[in-house]
Amino acid sequence: MINVHNLVKVFGVKRAVDGISFSVERGEVLGFLGPNGAGKSTSMRMITGFIPPTSGTATVGGFDVVEQGIEARRLIGYLPENAPAYTDMTVYGFLNFCAEIRGLRGDAKKKAVNRVVEMCFLESVIHQSVETLSKGYRHRTCFAQSIIHDPEVLILDEPTDGLDPNQKHEVRTLIRRMGEKKAIVFSTHILEEVDAVCSRAIIIDRGKIVANGTPAELRRKSDWAGAVTARFGNVSNGVVKQKLAQLPVAKKVVVLEEKPSTVTVRVYPKSPGAEVAWTIANLSHTEKWTLEELHTEEGRLDEVFRSITMPDTAANDKKSASSEEKTSD
Amino acid sequence: MNSWTNIKTITKRELGAYFSAPLAFVFIVIFLLLCGFFTFFVGGFFELRQASLVRPFFTWLPWFYLFLVPAVGMRLWAEERRVGTIELLLTMPITSWQAILGKFLASWLFLLLALVLTFPVVLTVNYLGRPDNGVIFCGYVGSWLLAGSYLAISCITSAMTRNQVVSFIISVVICLFLILAGFPPVIRFLQSWASPHVVDAIASISVITHFDGFQKGVLDSRDLIFFISVIVFSLFTTSVILRGHRAG
Repeated sequence: MINVHNLVKVFGVKRAVDGISFSVERGEVLGFLGPNGAGKSTSMRMITGFIPPTSGTATVGGFDVVEQGIEARRLIGYLPENAPAYTDMTVYGFLNFCAEIRGLRGDAKKKAVNRVVEMCFLESVIHQSVETLSKGYRHRTCFAQSIIHDPEVLILDEPTDGLDPNQKHEVRTLIRRMGEKKAIVFSTHILEEVDAVCSRAIIIDRGKIVANGTPAELRRKSDWAGAVTARFGNVSNGVVKQKLAQLPVAKKVVVLEEKPSTVTVRVYPKSPGAEVAWTIANLSHTEKWTLEELHTEEGRLDEVFRSITMPDTAANDKKSASSEEKTSD
Repeated sequence: MNSWTNIKTITKRELGAYFSAPLAFVFIVIFLLLCGFFTFFVGGFFELRQASLVRPFFTWLPWFYLFLVPAVGMRLWAEERRVGTIELLLTMPITSWQAILGKFLASWLFLLLALVLTFPVVLTVNYLGRPDNGVIFCGYVGSWLLAGSYLAISCITSAMTRNQVVSFIISVVICLFLILAGFPPVIRFLQSWASPHVVDAIASISVITHFDGFQKGVLDSRDLIFFISVIVFSLFTTSVILRGHRAG
């Protein structure tokens, strides 16, 4: 449904978006991740036709967003950043206006407005002026506007920004449900959202796509992926560390916690897919250690995010982590 | 046909926006009070003992409009940009021309309403004497076109900034220039040192020069074309400015 090819936007001397390409099909929810100022909003504004690209093309449903802008925009529902809405109107008036400008009339308009009011839980504020709404309600009003014509493509710029946890949950559920039939792109910098909602995620940094894959694939890029955390009882730290480091599957062993009676260690695998947990379990059996806890880490998105978007800082973090390791010896 | 319905939808929304706030009523009341006061007291409507509205009524309109029209037009785009709704509006399946025209028409109709509400002076003059109602009608048409020109200029200044006050001030300055270029005292001053061609050229860009004809009941196509071209040119400039913002 959405095809973006080599999209570039230059503001003055700054390349806000620097040649990004991706595509989203119906039934996909694409998460757009990146630090602030990475070019997420600019990309979305180009796809929705608000700002023209410096070069490159974007098509929605086969329509070029510049050449056939009206046809393309008809297919798109868009929630801009900060969820703007006409403050001088009531919620009902605003939704009516949006339905009308989307070409809905009479019964169809009434039905569409009622549908989104129900979906976005706006019944209680429907005759209130937008100006007097709390942030959560205003956000949902603007969200309601974006789905009023039941669009095939949804572009949502930080749809959960400024909502309380319950509202966040509602919006995520809504996005996931709609994602079954639509092509959805949404930007966020909350990583848990990616797991909760996305079928695929793109990490964008300084205008470029630096990672593209399912949340699970991204997580596997983490150093943590496949690492095993184990807690042993009735054994001394030195012995555990020495024995574990000798295992052929272990790349590195870090002592996380050391109490008089227990030791918690994390073992990083040499290669992905190494059966670290199984090997440790065997070892503790032969050494007659008491194994109190054993689990495999899945890898953490926030760590992947940091190491990709801030390579220098992440490297420093690792250095300081390894120096801590030494002191714990 | 479809584009016309889009324009109508936007016009309807904008008109609604005017009347959702008390500002519209305040504006109309101030306008009518000014008109009444200047016509009957300053303009000397009764003392003139003429069944005409030219001297006591229409002469003042360019000056009232100088402040009132920019006040009406200042929020058109500045507010959209400040609140961010411009992003919503221009990503709807409409062209920016439809948005520009829809907004302009809404304000222009609002100004028409204010103008029509001055009908009591027409009734008064008809009650007291036998005026040429054709001339009066012509004066009204001219006034509306004049208001439209000022309004289109306010559209430009409103599109230039997020700040309504800045928009107001700049458009007042531009409109003042358009008045003064044809204001008799200024013309007399120019005649004292400039060649007649230069004076004519300067006077011909003034709204006063072209408004004069309408006041006298002369529907000159040149005056009509002048006002319409000011409006079209200003709205075109507005579209260029809006595109410029988006292109970054």
